[in-house]
Amino acid sequence: MLIAKLAWHRGQGGDVASRRVAEILRAAWAESPEGTGLPASLAAACVRSLSVSGVGMALMTDQGPAGIIAATDGAAMELEELQFTLGEGPCVDASHSGRPVLQPDLARTAPLRWPAFAGGALQAGVRALFAFPLQVGAIRVGVLDLYRDRVGPLSADELIEALSFADAATLVLLNVQAGYPVSMPVPVLDDRAEVHQATGVVSVQAGVGLAEALVLLRARAFADERPLGNLASDVLAGTVSFRKDDDTG
Amino acid sequence: MREQRLAEVFVELADTLVEDFDVVDFLQTLTERCVELVDTDAAGLMLDDQRGHLQVVAYTDEPTRLLELFELQKAEGPCLDCFATGQVIANVDLAAVRSRWPVFTQAALREGFAYSHALPLRLRRQVVGALNLFTVERRALSEDHLAVAQGMADVATIGLLHERALRDQVVLAEQLQTALHSRIVIEQAKGVLSARAGIGVGEAFTRLRTHARRTGEQLTAVAEAVVTGTLDDGDLRPVMDLA
Repeated sequence: MLIAKLAWHRGQGGDVASRRVAEILRAAWAESPEGTGLPASLAAACVRSLSVSGVGMALMTDQGPAGIIAATDGAAMELEELQFTLGEGPCVDASHSGRPVLQPDLARTAPLRWPAFAGGALQAGVRALFAFPLQVGAIRVGVLDLYRDRVGPLSADELIEALSFADAATLVLLNVQAGYPVSMPVPVLDDRAEVHQATGVVSVQAGVGLAEALVLLRARAFADERPLGNLASDVLAGTVSFRKDDDTG
Repeated sequence: MREQRLAEVFVELADTLVEDFDVVDFLQTLTERCVELVDTDAAGLMLDDQRGHLQVVAYTDEPTRLLELFELQKAEGPCLDCFATGQVIANVDLAAVRSRWPVFTQAALREGFAYSHALPLRLRRQVVGALNLFTVERRALSEDHLAVAQGMADVATIGLLHERALRDQVVLAEQLQTALHSRIVIEQAKGVLSARAGIGVGEAFTRLRTHARRTGEQLTAVAEAVVTGTLDDGDLRPVMDLA
């Protein structure tokens, strides 16, 4: 069923998933044009389009949870605060391992895996929890937590939708973390190897972290009105440089 | 002698399936062994990214990666059909099927390939990716070679899912995302290392991998260390030319 759907999408020849990410960002932007409310709008839209009870979003660094960005209700806030305080839980694991942590039946699995976290989460009425890392390779920006007050997995369609929300949230938090204003339209992340390689090159050239290097690349592509992949190829070929004492760019 | 080599390769692959193995490194080795054992010239492996796309996760050389990317961008070609249907699409004589896949065949022929073969990475009824092989010489693969190729595709699936129960949709989702994440970290590290050491990204990859082999660390862990600066480019010595 999932595969049939994917095949259909591909048959249309379109970039369906990326288009969905752009759609999500556009809708959130329309709700919060000044940009500061974007994470909250994203979280609210996520609750509306999935069969979940609430959504939380937290900033993460290599050291662990670094701040709560959005929570759609009390239980979502409780979840984020628990993990922030305890330094353990599905969102911490998701961020650390770079993989989603999907827990359709928290009461069965959590007490063993996260003893301190489990009690508080169950008491808050959380029965299922789905944590998605918000990151681009080694760039960790945060985590998106979807919770539900009853047990049961996400359907295949919902998983795709949740990953699209995670992609959208990643783009927003990247700018937040690098201290850049969220500009619109936000160019959708190009997932080609060249872009990730060029991100590494730019981080060395400009002497900044990978997160900021990626933001610099995207901003330059946007300003020059050219595709990100195209700019990345020039960076790799050496015809565009981000060295501070260099005017090639 | 070939049987012996075949057994060696399967043992090698099984050996890498230990706790905390590196998915991308494993799939990379698998594509390289495919070329060696199946009598083909290039191989690439694509995985479902669960966002409506396939992504190229391992490949034996840069032109092959570009060809596979091209196929994904144009949404046309035997690998995509193999993924969509779950059927093996092997022994495709590229010059003879121009009308079926006009854009893909033209690009593949331009790369110098005469034959292509696509094998599904299948878990029961679900297809999670495809293994693609390309041959320069205009000749079909034997039944034996095809059986080995499908065996390699099955090993890739097992490798993706090995550590826990296969029944679990959840595990599949987690593993696929891990593989994609690792691939990105490695690409970022290739960029960082190439800029620091003044080398190409291909050479950077070789140095990352050689270091991982020598120290027994995971390729993704080595890549993370390069990216965070805990591993200096001086630690990643150039590869000795043994030829």
